[in-house]
Amino acid sequence: MQDSIDYRAVGLKVGLEVHQQLLTARKLFCRCPAGLYTREHDGTVLRHMRPTLSELGEYDGTALMEFKTRKNIVYLLHRKTTCTYEMDDTPPFLVNEEALEIAVEQCLMLGCDIVDEVHIARKQYLDGSIPTGFQRTAVVGVNGRIPFRDRELTITQVTLEEDSCREVSDRGHLIVWRTDRLGMPLIETVTGAELRTPEEVEEAILLIGRVCRSTGHVRTGLGASRQDVNVSVAGGRRVEIKGVPRAALAARLVHGEAIRQVNLLRIRDELHRRGLRSADDVVSHVHDVTELFREGPLDLLTEARWRSWLESTGRRPGFEVGTGPFSVRAVRLPGLAGILAHPTQPGRTFAHELAGRVRVIATLDQPPVLLHSEAWPAGAGESLEALRRATGAGPEDALVVVWGAADDTETAASEIRLRVEDATEGVPLETRQPFPDGSTDFERILPGPDRMYPDTDSPPHALDPAHVERLRAALPEPPWEREARYAAAGVPLDETRFLIRRGGSRLVDRLVEEAGADLKRAALFVARDLKAARRGGLAVDEIPDGAWVGLFALFGERPVLWEARREIVAALAASPALEPAAAVRELGLGEPPGDWEARVLELAATAHPDHPDGSVEQRLRFLMGRAMRGLRGRVPAREVLAVLRGQLEVQA
Amino acid sequence: MTSSPDPLKGYRGLARERLAAWGVRVWSDVRVVNTAGSTFEGVILPRSETFDDLHVVLKLKNGYNVGLHVDRVATIEEVGYREAHYKIPEQEFPRRDDLPAVTLLGTGGTIASRLDYRTGAVIPAFTPGELYGAVPELADLCNLTTKKIFGVFSENMSWPEYATLARAIGEEIQAGADGIVIGHGTDTMGHTAAVLSFMVQDSPVPIVLVGSQRSSDRPSSDAALNLIHAVRAAGEGPIAEVQICMFGPTSDRYGLLHRGTRCRKMHSSYRSTFRTIGAIPLGMVGREGFTILDPHFRRRDPSRRVKVDPVYDDRVTILYYHPGMKPDVVDALVDAGYRGIVIAGTGLGHVNKPLYPALGRATAAGVHVMMTVQTLWGFVQMYVYETGRELLDLGIVPLDNMLPETALMKLGWVLGHTHDREEVTRMMQTPIAHEITEREPHNGYLILQGGLPEVEEFVTSHWK
Ligand SMILES: [Zn+2]
Repeated sequence: MQDSIDYRAVGLKVGLEVHQQLLTARKLFCRCPAGLYTREHDGTVLRHMRPTLSELGEYDGTALMEFKTRKNIVYLLHRKTTCTYEMDDTPPFLVNEEALEIAVEQCLMLGCDIVDEVHIARKQYLDGSIPTGFQRTAVVGVNGRIPFRDRELTITQVTLEEDSCREVSDRGHLIVWRTDRLGMPLIETVTGAELRTPEEVEEAILLIGRVCRSTGHVRTGLGASRQDVNVSVAGGRRVEIKGVPRAALAARLVHGEAIRQVNLLRIRDELHRRGLRSADDVVSHVHDVTELFREGPLDLLTEARWRSWLESTGRRPGFEVGTGPFSVRAVRLPGLAGILAHPTQPGRTFAHELAGRVRVIATLDQPPVLLHSEAWPAGAGESLEALRRATGAGPEDALVVVWGAADDTETAASEIRLRVEDATEGVPLETRQPFPDGSTDFERILPGPDRMYPDTDSPPHALDPAHVERLRAALPEPPWEREARYAAAGVPLDETRFLIRRGGSRLVDRLVEEAGADLKRAALFVARDLKAARRGGLAVDEIPDGAWVGLFALFGERPVLWEARREIVAALAASPALEPAAAVRELGLGEPPGDWEARVLELAATAHPDHPDGSVEQRLRFLMGRAMRGLRGRVPAREVLAVLRGQLEVQA
Repeated sequence: MTSSPDPLKGYRGLARERLAAWGVRVWSDVRVVNTAGSTFEGVILPRSETFDDLHVVLKLKNGYNVGLHVDRVATIEEVGYREAHYKIPEQEFPRRDDLPAVTLLGTGGTIASRLDYRTGAVIPAFTPGELYGAVPELADLCNLTTKKIFGVFSENMSWPEYATLARAIGEEIQAGADGIVIGHGTDTMGHTAAVLSFMVQDSPVPIVLVGSQRSSDRPSSDAALNLIHAVRAAGEGPIAEVQICMFGPTSDRYGLLHRGTRCRKMHSSYRSTFRTIGAIPLGMVGREGFTILDPHFRRRDPSRRVKVDPVYDDRVTILYYHPGMKPDVVDALVDAGYRGIVIAGTGLGHVNKPLYPALGRATAAGVHVMMTVQTLWGFVQMYVYETGRELLDLGIVPLDNMLPETALMKLGWVLGHTHDREEVTRMMQTPIAHEITEREPHNGYLILQGGLPEVEEFVTSHWK
């Protein structure tokens, strides 16, 4: 298994679709609140999806595939988060102007040309993730560019679209979705396929994130941003890895997919060598072998075992379970011997490619989904021989066995053949589901432009150029400019990026502008002190920005307060409505006690460390610690130190 | 849309001038560079005439549409021409001797459909072959024949169409159909169902109206399932009456069969919009067959002879009474030549006192004035109060629990037969198809109120 790879040599090309939720009060096409999530539901709807024709009169391939799966789709509703729009029982209201404005602002941040008239389209999704069967989406910006490394990254287009449902479970023929997230506005930023290494992919995701977050008008936190990563190698084809939550994971996934495509190309070459040069050369023979396995020895292929699995996993006829009697089907694939065991991704073989299709399209998901001749269960060799005889399989043939409801095994058999046909061309166009270990599995056939058609419920929306220019004039500085400015002030890059990502840089700039704070000091205060306080459980995010400005104004007036900033932050966090000046007063800070020098001298005369080592430095440290307990924020530490040092020198 | 005589379809004013000057047209495959240097490649689409005249709509290669302002177009170059041929794949509808013959009559409703760019409207596609391509399950249920009677939107259906439709139904029954399905827009489906209940009597076979609340150009459309249910109700169902077949709940579960005279569209957009009023639905139809809810219906009987009686007088209207209504409204109707007025009165069937003289003038002028209730549920009861008795004395005819729309349809049909006051009154008050029922069962009025603990318990444990 080859786990390292020269990305340039294999011609790795990656493009991104970065999804970012916008910070709006309401959803995109109805008046439901955005950003409210629930774990309960108080209503359920059952639906099915049917493919429809594109405006050019063609069925989309993905749509047809998803129709084949015949999924029962259940939506969980809660009246707090959804109305009849999300249920697809009410047409859309006019597009949320607040969301459109934020989208335009994001486009401008990304250097895009704003389209003159926004047309809302319907993008078909038959997996049920959107109850209408399509996502309402519109191009807002095109032709953008942002500085990236020593070059520029192309922003092909930016779309404004409604978010989809959250998946609750997907078992057999039943998929369950929660509708709270559905309809929240998000933007999808599409980059050119210009990224060449996993490191570049990670960097680009983080960069786009910083650009989006510079305005403070997007959502942050879990699930607020996620990306689809489009990967291909030379000779391969575009594979889309969907819904990657973190940039670091994206890098691992890109690596895994590059290896997968290289291996699929090797498999293609091997198939061509065996005379299987195109789909037409692929033959498969399907045999009903239910009887052969009825009495064992493979427990997995018996009806009793299947039924007990259905029962133990709570699968119901008419919902999760497909139609027809229990059946075991063997697919003989002439000339495929050895191919099924060929490695693909790290730790996976070509048989996993077949299993992915069977699991998703035929909805047969009882582990291990299928059995095959290249990795037959240990100790059951005789049953494989019997199967070979029953199906007339020779040494050059591979065998795949699937089991379950008859209609599903029939679908499975035809999907297995289709996947092998695809293998003669190398890499099939697919979307793939990511896993945390960097591997992926089949999700669906990659949709094409045939699934797009205009939303007849929504009128086009012309954007007023004057308004666009107003938004442009008010843009915050882009992250690369801010990074340069902060770097010049001595702020480390990690802190600057943290501030941009979390929105703290806007506060820093306010502290500098309104309270005359030193940029570096303000940046490190927000990036380090407040972060530490937050980690320590203090509710620092409850404190209004105005209070921070007031506090920094106090630091300017009485610099000694800076040394007691932790105490002041704790006091403000405990009562966020408190004015900073009042907090300082309550803590008794700012004014030196009249007798402080005498107290310090007395301390120097009487207090000693528990285990003195005789050094002046140790004594000094000890005495400073004790003295500052009562004086921090009242007398500058430097002055206390001077008094102590003078006294010790006298003593010495 | 296939071909069009206008190469700049939907464009007007400035946009039209510019397109002509650039030498490009609708369906031109173009490469546009705008004044900001952005390149757009795609096909010029027709534009709705109701949109402004400043933008050109382009379908980009990735499937998205954008509008380009004509003043921002720097260069435009035609690189090809791709007229869209929107077609539902047509396959021959298979026939099986063991299946019933069902005729689907098209009126312009949306069952299988395509989009019309110019208007944004959904255009029905209707031949058995097209339907088989879109809803192949139909072939397991019946041998299908389709006839497009006319193509009008539901809101444009009117008396001439009702008569034409009634005659077409009669012809199909006489030609041996085992059941009739009528594809119909949902907005006025209740009106058509009511009038057909009078114009087509004693049908030996089911007559089923069906439509969709989500057009069939959407993956989540209710059209296919409604059609499957309706074809099943027409081909195999036992109920030989005019009925509406639409979703029971909003979930894909089962259809309800509603009696044509007792049914009403009750929500502007819900799938489960049709409800039987003042009674219970006739039955349910689903994948597993039928569940009859109301056993008192006319059974399928091939030996019965259908009576088609497609007469009408369209000088009828509904007056939806409201407080403060002025008598001149009534006088205006009389002056305009209306011969029948159905009042949707308040409460048990009331209008205000100042209207009385005008109503008296109307009846004296030979206008037939009927009373129904705008509460929809419940009976007209004009004997209880003095005011009601006064209205009766003015010649106003109480119609018990007949729905206002049903009353309007019946009155138009009755006035096609006679204008004799006694005869009109007798015919209006004598039920033909359960438009008046003798009694209202307590479960004929159920409007569950959300929020009530017991209702919440019910709705959370059932499919919506
Ligand atoms: Zn909503």
